[in-house]
Amino acid sequence: MTRGTRVALALCALILLAVPWIIGNEFYVNMASQVLIYALFALSINMMLGYGGMVSLGHAAYLGIAGYACILATLAGYDQLTAAIFAIALSTLAAALFGVLSLRAPGLGFIMITLALGQIVWGVAYRANDLTGGDNGIRHPARPMPFGFDIHDASSFYYFTLVVFLIALFFIRRFSRSPFGASLMGARDQPRRMRMLGHNVWLIRWITFVMAGFWASVAGVLYVNYNLFLSPHAISLQQSAEILLMAILGGASTLSGPIVGAAIITLVKNVVSTYVERWNTLLGVIFVVVIMFMPHGLVPGCTQAWRRLRNRLRRRKTSSGAASELAR
Amino acid sequence: MQFWIIQTLNSVAFGGLLFLLSSGFSLIFGLMRIPNLAHGAFFMLGAYFGYTLLQLKLHFWVAAFVGGIGVGLIGIIMERVVLRRLAGNEQGQVLVTLGVSFIIADICLLVWTGDPMPLAAPPSLRPPLRLGGLAFPTYRLVVLAIALAAALALYLLMERTRLGAMIRAGVDDMEMASGVGIPVSRLFTTVFLLGATLAGVGGVLGGPVLSAYPGLDTDMLPLALIVVILGGAGSLLGAFVGSFIVGFIYNFGIALVPDLAYFVLFLPMVLVLVFLPQGLFGRVQI
Repeated sequence: MTRGTRVALALCALILLAVPWIIGNEFYVNMASQVLIYALFALSINMMLGYGGMVSLGHAAYLGIAGYACILATLAGYDQLTAAIFAIALSTLAAALFGVLSLRAPGLGFIMITLALGQIVWGVAYRANDLTGGDNGIRHPARPMPFGFDIHDASSFYYFTLVVFLIALFFIRRFSRSPFGASLMGARDQPRRMRMLGHNVWLIRWITFVMAGFWASVAGVLYVNYNLFLSPHAISLQQSAEILLMAILGGASTLSGPIVGAAIITLVKNVVSTYVERWNTLLGVIFVVVIMFMPHGLVPGCTQAWRRLRNRLRRRKTSSGAASELAR
Repeated sequence: MQFWIIQTLNSVAFGGLLFLLSSGFSLIFGLMRIPNLAHGAFFMLGAYFGYTLLQLKLHFWVAAFVGGIGVGLIGIIMERVVLRRLAGNEQGQVLVTLGVSFIIADICLLVWTGDPMPLAAPPSLRPPLRLGGLAFPTYRLVVLAIALAAALALYLLMERTRLGAMIRAGVDDMEMASGVGIPVSRLFTTVFLLGATLAGVGGVLGGPVLSAYPGLDTDMLPLALIVVILGGAGSLLGAFVGSFIVGFIYNFGIALVPDLAYFVLFLPMVLVLVFLPQGLFGRVQI
């Protein structure tokens, strides 16, 4: 880490902490919580996408499984912490199974299978009326009280989400810079060579898949505790696509990209939805435009542009310096 | 007894519709190596086109033909304008087809509103066919017959014509095919036209059975994916067998265990993926 990034990080942390003070309005504080939850989703899908090159179109499935499991366990009378742990465990287990199936086919088959699995989860949620309430959705009784703290109002829920988010960010950052992360990137770029070097490429991908499923499940539990409601619409293909788009828009394979993407998409969606009903068209258009014209995403694009600008400025300075030197 | 016969017939009729949808999907996948995620949207667009054409007092079969061609043209536009610019970037192509499908679905919602629109079957086919004390829905029998005819026509096209030989060559080895002078670019467009048209025709024909409604696209797309995962990509036979398997399972699933209709689809998919990852008749690795 250079001094610049350290200062920037400290600044970011300060801003994140101060959000409820800066924007007193409850509506916007809630939106900030939403951004954090989606950022966690995007970060989790990016573990697969950015570092492993695996495009999943069924990531909302873990939101669904964890969310429904959390609500149903709470309704069955278990306390909130048990319900959350049960939900995350069940959903991670599902990820382990889905991973085995999806990784049977490399590349584009992976997209198809994850999509099909995601839609099956959606279909079950939609059809199993007795369990999930079908199309009408199901209510979550109440937000938990972790360690006695009351997190019912907007800003305290925001802090709770922020804490979970920062823990996740820490682990995902460690993951991406660990030797395991390096071998995952190796498996993405040169699977055959990695195999020759004795790495079990399949296992590397599967572990990543399960870890991504785990963090998505955590985000799913946060999601139902934020909305206090879950319906099949929340786990549709659109949701999976939105999460994927967040990572791509911000810049997959960067750590900050998915966070930036999640912030942009969530804000645009909230703003647009208040004025027009055509969010899906806009989502499709953003999808097409980003992939056609900005395949590497905003963060790498902006970093590159900034570097180019800086180099040009430097060059101009040195060349003018050289010119004055010559003139003398 | 009546229940089983009618459900069986419904299953094969639905399988026929699925074949119209997934044969095109499988052809496109086999040749261009991309799962066209807009295929469900093409199907839905066909159903809506059919609805509007029928409102204009067109004859049903004319509506099916015109609707199919209309969807085919939209498929060509997508291939030429969007996919062509991403040549070589298959992952990008797939995601773009998904983006296009959202746009199509939302425009359908804008134009045709959110209410389900049932298409009227041609009047001559509305009375049920009575055979030995049992009543069969005539229209579904005709849908099945059309799907079988389409399967035969596609088989002849693939096996007996020059175009079919070129497509097969492209599926098996794209580089070699272009090396011996097969116009790959034109072939892509042709296959896309063919696949999208089939999906569009399927949408119109499916209209009287399923009716046109928002969400038809995301209902049908996973079924097409599962058909191709089961049958194997790039294989006509695979699409054919897979369609009827999925048609049976889905239809009986809805009739017998409506809550878990989607879950029963999961089982054959798991079995095939675990034991036959190439699908039953796969020509290409998915």
